[in-house]
Amino acid sequence: MSTAPPAAPPRRTRRRRRDWTGLVFVTPFLAVFTIGIVAPLVYASGLSLFRDQLIGGRSFVGLGNYADALTDARFLEGLSRVALFLGVQVPIMIGLALLAALILDSGRVRAMRFMRIGIFMPYAVPSVVAALMWGFMYGDQFGLVAQLNEATGLALPSPLSSTWVLAAIGNVVTWEFVGYNMLILYAALRAVPEELYEAAAIDGAGEVRVALSIKIPALRPALWVATLFSIIGSFQLFNEPNVLQSLAPAAISTYFTPNMYAYQLAFNANQVTYSAAVAVLLGGITVVVAYVAQRLTERGNRR
Amino acid sequence: MSATTEPRRTPAADTAPPRGGDRPPAPARTRRRRSRRRTSVLLQAAMALMVLYTLLPLYWLAVNSTKTNGELFTSNGLWFGSEFALWDNIVTTVTYQDGIYLTWLFNTALYSITGAVGATLICALGGYALAKFDFPGKRAVRAVVFGAITIPATALAIPTFLLFAELGITDTRMAIIIPALVSPFGLYLMTVYAADSVPDSLLEAARIDGAGPWTTFWRVAFRLLAPGVATVLLFNLVHTWNNYFLPLIMLSDPTLYPLTVGLNQLNSQVTTGANLEPVYNVVLTGSLLAIVPLIVCFLFLQRYWQSGLAAGSVKQ
Repeated sequence: MSTAPPAAPPRRTRRRRRDWTGLVFVTPFLAVFTIGIVAPLVYASGLSLFRDQLIGGRSFVGLGNYADALTDARFLEGLSRVALFLGVQVPIMIGLALLAALILDSGRVRAMRFMRIGIFMPYAVPSVVAALMWGFMYGDQFGLVAQLNEATGLALPSPLSSTWVLAAIGNVVTWEFVGYNMLILYAALRAVPEELYEAAAIDGAGEVRVALSIKIPALRPALWVATLFSIIGSFQLFNEPNVLQSLAPAAISTYFTPNMYAYQLAFNANQVTYSAAVAVLLGGITVVVAYVAQRLTERGNRR
Repeated sequence: MSATTEPRRTPAADTAPPRGGDRPPAPARTRRRRSRRRTSVLLQAAMALMVLYTLLPLYWLAVNSTKTNGELFTSNGLWFGSEFALWDNIVTTVTYQDGIYLTWLFNTALYSITGAVGATLICALGGYALAKFDFPGKRAVRAVVFGAITIPATALAIPTFLLFAELGITDTRMAIIIPALVSPFGLYLMTVYAADSVPDSLLEAARIDGAGPWTTFWRVAFRLLAPGVATVLLFNLVHTWNNYFLPLIMLSDPTLYPLTVGLNQLNSQVTTGANLEPVYNVVLTGSLLAIVPLIVCFLFLQRYWQSGLAAGSVKQ
């Protein structure tokens, strides 16, 4: 990959004069990075330290908003809901993606290109459209579930009922991203050196053994990347429940997920500074969970 | 997993090369194609189920976009109605409310293309510099920017809105385009790509020939970076095309909406009965029209995103 051996001194290649040219090239990125990421986070964090009162205007309350959020039943309900979602949906999705990638890599199915593109295709569908489409299929307007019940006399529960709506959302998210994760894993599998397989063949390892002893260990970094992004996505869940809300108003509350709650606070309840605190806190929790997950996998890898 | 194998050779026709002039869309591989093995019925069936799962909803959307509003409720959801009303539905969709759909489509294209082209150029310049130059503060830049990869766009939406409200630029096109220009993951991909595909000796040669850094970048490096550029462009295009949370909170003027926000607003009006006419056919056909451009893009640019994914998934 890189031109330098790992233990190289800092001057790795011949053409590395320390000058300002590189900085000029990076400047446009640093500019948009500052406006688009750094400034909003700094401003929102600052804003979250204040509180708007009807009388007396904006006053400094330090970490008061954060203390409120951590004891706010609605925020905690949303947080536990996305945690549950993460615990169930992420393993299912990554598991399916892994299975599909291993099957593709085994070279034992036909029409591989079609399969690969077909499973990836939902990634090109905006999450709003995905949620609308599935929402109609779930729904009793002209939904498939209702039609199936009518045709077969079964009594399948409505996916948009309070009991099932989280699973229904999990299905939409899985549908959207399973192919994307499959391709990340598949790309990593293609990079496994051929010699390993030759050696395994000489040792008489079967296909299952090769999958368990060569492929899955080789996939560790890619699996980790896929899982990390899925964890982050789960905490930030917003689009799908927000779109499905009009179809299932009774099942999806305005504080169904932490992000929906932050949205509700900022735009309907007019509690802007508290909303900023909820958004910053959620970002912080996401980073901490991702970091802890990374440390755990590193420990696992060092064994 | 025990694989039941079918004692049958795969006919060679299966692996026949594609039509003449079509190069196979294979990204650079570090491995020879392994010889084809016997097809396994079990694995084939598992794969077929997965494809059925991913494509069935798209089929459902396509089929139901060909129905009149009445037939949506009376006909089988998985088969065509008695009338093929796709063309009428498209006409209804693009003329609905004085052609608001076309305005949304135009906005989506404008935000996506401006944002993606801008972000890609910015990432190409930055990635090239991080890979090929030494400059004061380089390590700090790398650490901060690559650390930002894990910050999801959704988490930034409300903070960005609050800042832009303070600056008085909400409800403008710039409020959507500026955030679309930032792509830490794109910068990471370009850095990896530049380190791999731009040889130092070539830059040295250009320097000896008297080319300045700009000329060298545009004339020498940019061409070598082309596949990476295409990947980053495609991913940024998709990201902005599909973006919903940020425009939802940033925009209140319906003529500035992208498709995602417009379609959802239309749907909630129809579903909650706020809209007097239940134009489900407009919502469905509008959804179908919204995904066609991206699917076409993906099919045509396969070679790029497949190799781009490979570069992004291998952690350095």
